[in-house]
Amino acid sequence: MTRMATAALAIAAALALAAGGASAQAPKRGGNLTFAISAETPHYDCHGSDTYATLHFSAPFYSTLLQFDLPKYPAVKGDLAESWTVAPDLKTYTFKLHRGVTFHDGSALTSADVKATYDRLRNPPAGVVSTRKATFSDIGTIETPDAQTVVFKMKEVNAAMLEHFASPWNCIYQAKLLGEDPNAPKTKIMGTGPFTFVEHVKGSHVAGKRNDKYFRQGLPYLDGFKGVFTLQAAAMLNAVQGGQVLGEFRGISPAERDRLVQAMGDKVRIEESSWTLNLLVLFNTEKKPFDDVRVRRALNMAIDRWGGSQGLSRTSTMRAVGGVIRPGSPMATPEAELVKLPGFSKDIAKSRDEAKKLLREAGVPNLSFTLHNRNLAMPYTPAGIFLVDQWRQIGVTVDHKQYDTAPYLAGMSSGNFDVAIDFSNLFMDDSSLGLAKYLSFSRAPENRSRSMDAELDSLYDRHMRELDPGKRRGLIQAFEKRLFEQSYQAPLLWWHRIVATHKTVMGWEMSPSHNLGQDLARVWLNQ
Amino acid sequence: MLAYAAKRILLMIPTLLGVAVLVFFMLRVVPGDVVEVKLRGDGGNVSQETIEMERRRLGLDKPLLAQFGDWMVGLVTLDFGKSMWTDRPVVEEIGTRLELSLQVAIMATIIAVLIAVPLGTFAALMRDTWVDYLARIVTIGGLAIPSFWFGMLVMLTLLGLFNWLPPITFTPLHVDPWTNLVQLIWPAMAVGYRYCAVVARMVRSSLLEVFNEDYIRTARAKGVYEKLVIVRHALRNALLPAITVIGLEFAFLIGGLVVTEQVFNLNGIGVLFVQSVSRNDFTLLQGLVMLVAAFYVVINLAVDLLYAVFDPRIRYR
Repeated sequence: MTRMATAALAIAAALALAAGGASAQAPKRGGNLTFAISAETPHYDCHGSDTYATLHFSAPFYSTLLQFDLPKYPAVKGDLAESWTVAPDLKTYTFKLHRGVTFHDGSALTSADVKATYDRLRNPPAGVVSTRKATFSDIGTIETPDAQTVVFKMKEVNAAMLEHFASPWNCIYQAKLLGEDPNAPKTKIMGTGPFTFVEHVKGSHVAGKRNDKYFRQGLPYLDGFKGVFTLQAAAMLNAVQGGQVLGEFRGISPAERDRLVQAMGDKVRIEESSWTLNLLVLFNTEKKPFDDVRVRRALNMAIDRWGGSQGLSRTSTMRAVGGVIRPGSPMATPEAELVKLPGFSKDIAKSRDEAKKLLREAGVPNLSFTLHNRNLAMPYTPAGIFLVDQWRQIGVTVDHKQYDTAPYLAGMSSGNFDVAIDFSNLFMDDSSLGLAKYLSFSRAPENRSRSMDAELDSLYDRHMRELDPGKRRGLIQAFEKRLFEQSYQAPLLWWHRIVATHKTVMGWEMSPSHNLGQDLARVWLNQ
Repeated sequence: MLAYAAKRILLMIPTLLGVAVLVFFMLRVVPGDVVEVKLRGDGGNVSQETIEMERRRLGLDKPLLAQFGDWMVGLVTLDFGKSMWTDRPVVEEIGTRLELSLQVAIMATIIAVLIAVPLGTFAALMRDTWVDYLARIVTIGGLAIPSFWFGMLVMLTLLGLFNWLPPITFTPLHVDPWTNLVQLIWPAMAVGYRYCAVVARMVRSSLLEVFNEDYIRTARAKGVYEKLVIVRHALRNALLPAITVIGLEFAFLIGGLVVTEQVFNLNGIGVLFVQSVSRNDFTLLQGLVMLVAAFYVVINLAVDLLYAVFDPRIRYR
């Protein structure tokens, strides 16, 4: 991981540069930050959610064991953990917790709370949803020798385990609360984070105020915050421009950035980064004719990703062509290798000729189907329109249907679609996360193509236990080759993150993931 | 009159019961499963066992008639149940938004009536003059321009000219009247413009019709002051159809401002309606439909009673 961190220095340096300008001054205490959240979370439980709407809402109220050190991304630093050691065989992780940490109700945090939290994550009780269950399945036992020490003993080596302990989704809950009701975190906030919960006005906003007993002295700087739900992009942009909110931390499109810069001039700060988020083209392998590799491969090969990148990057948040790992990150497949894979060739005419031939061979030269998509304008709508046009060029007719987020996700999860635009939302670049979505459906329910492929599973397992970065990279490339040849699902384009904030907002740190850095502990207002 | 009002109020009960029966069974026919959407709708990997458990918790495993029985018992005891999506009481979910929607509707109605009645009257009195043409341009503009688009123009104008926008979160009137009015006057104006156009055109055409009536001619022949003819005889009768339109428009505003609410980022009933539909949140949707139906029924009654006030010839028994 250290080598991985070193190799990512270029990215980190760029991010640090962006953040540095904002944090060179001495922080001032006071003030209330009002920011926009473009979606409203259905519940408060970090463990059972996969949407940033939950994190941007809940993160200021909670702590995690570790967290990413954003200016040095992907390095990690302690949050509740004051220090930690990792056994040389990577099978034991020992964390020493900060003393004097209290929950917002005044009770002391102990190792029992950390154990209860991770037990819930890896082995949720009946009726509790943990979307991180598979991630923590490598944990064998969790021991608490004393109130300040937690020991994780692993069943298997997981080369990225430390980064997983820094996942923003692993909010530490109160053991007592979980004992009373394992589902309590869905409706009740009780954390140790820098802000205490004030109110959630449904459909309007969430508010928090400074936790005066926060264990990090002097933090947070803000008196409080208000996260306002702005469900329409136009309303959010107006609100940023008019100063009703001081920023939105997920990301905006290039056109929206240009509008704000033109209207606000030097009052707005724009920070940009590549994004650990991509759109995927997904084929339901349990439905005909998408159970036929020739059909899937033909549809994948008909997509001109390189040409699409040029056009779509001007108007949407989509930008980079890449495989299953974020382009430019240490484990990503270089462009020279990528173009050799099905669907990534720069000779699109040749690819489309081959695609037509494959469709004829599969007996569906005039294929038609429905594309299941999300009704978020950016970037799902342009992505859908782009795909409809790409497939039209090989004689395929597509009915493009867009749904609200919840029915969209539910439709994909229950297998009720032909072809869909899915997304891969990662909180870090590590390949253990990036590749997991493509494992056999029986192992990875988040694989919504429902494909089963023992070869991919085997390659994944080997890469998980491989500590040599070079060999690991080789295994990832073999994984990609197999995946794109089978074309169960394939990345369309990777996103580019643009965050606009008023220049009065200081101390917020940009990163390649919109899931990171949202506890607001170090954010302050220069006014 | 009192007996008539009491009879109408009693008749509201079977009307609302009919709505309740219709909405319950029609929602069950619509495809979609609230539990699937709720548990799998934020990307979580949820086992079938968990889904069945949630279904049992929400009572969706019971036979349809048993569910209907529960809903009717709840209605009779004014217990609308809990939202299947948020687990909060339906009354709370709606109550949070109703204050805002009701206030926008009242403010829009006041704006519309205050402008529409004089505008329609002057347009009728000065038929085919520049005043009438101007009024026609204004009212046709109001009918042609969608409220949400006008709302966007209002917002962009405020931004462009003053670099200012109204507050983004709702402050109740009793907490801070000034902040409340500063926030809601703009959506009320945006919605009120179309509303005003509808009412003004109705007032104009009704007045033109009334001006040709015998009793107006008689009043004029008797030498009654023109002002008195217009206000007491003509306008009073011409307002009857306008009152009907005002009532229907008001009821529509309670749940029908979906896009306008989004433009102004308002936390109103319209957005809640759309969200509950997309989430298949049956209990919340049932509560919302009952609310809007109740508004329509009550406003219809109020309009009917107002008829008697404006037209002494109308007597209810």
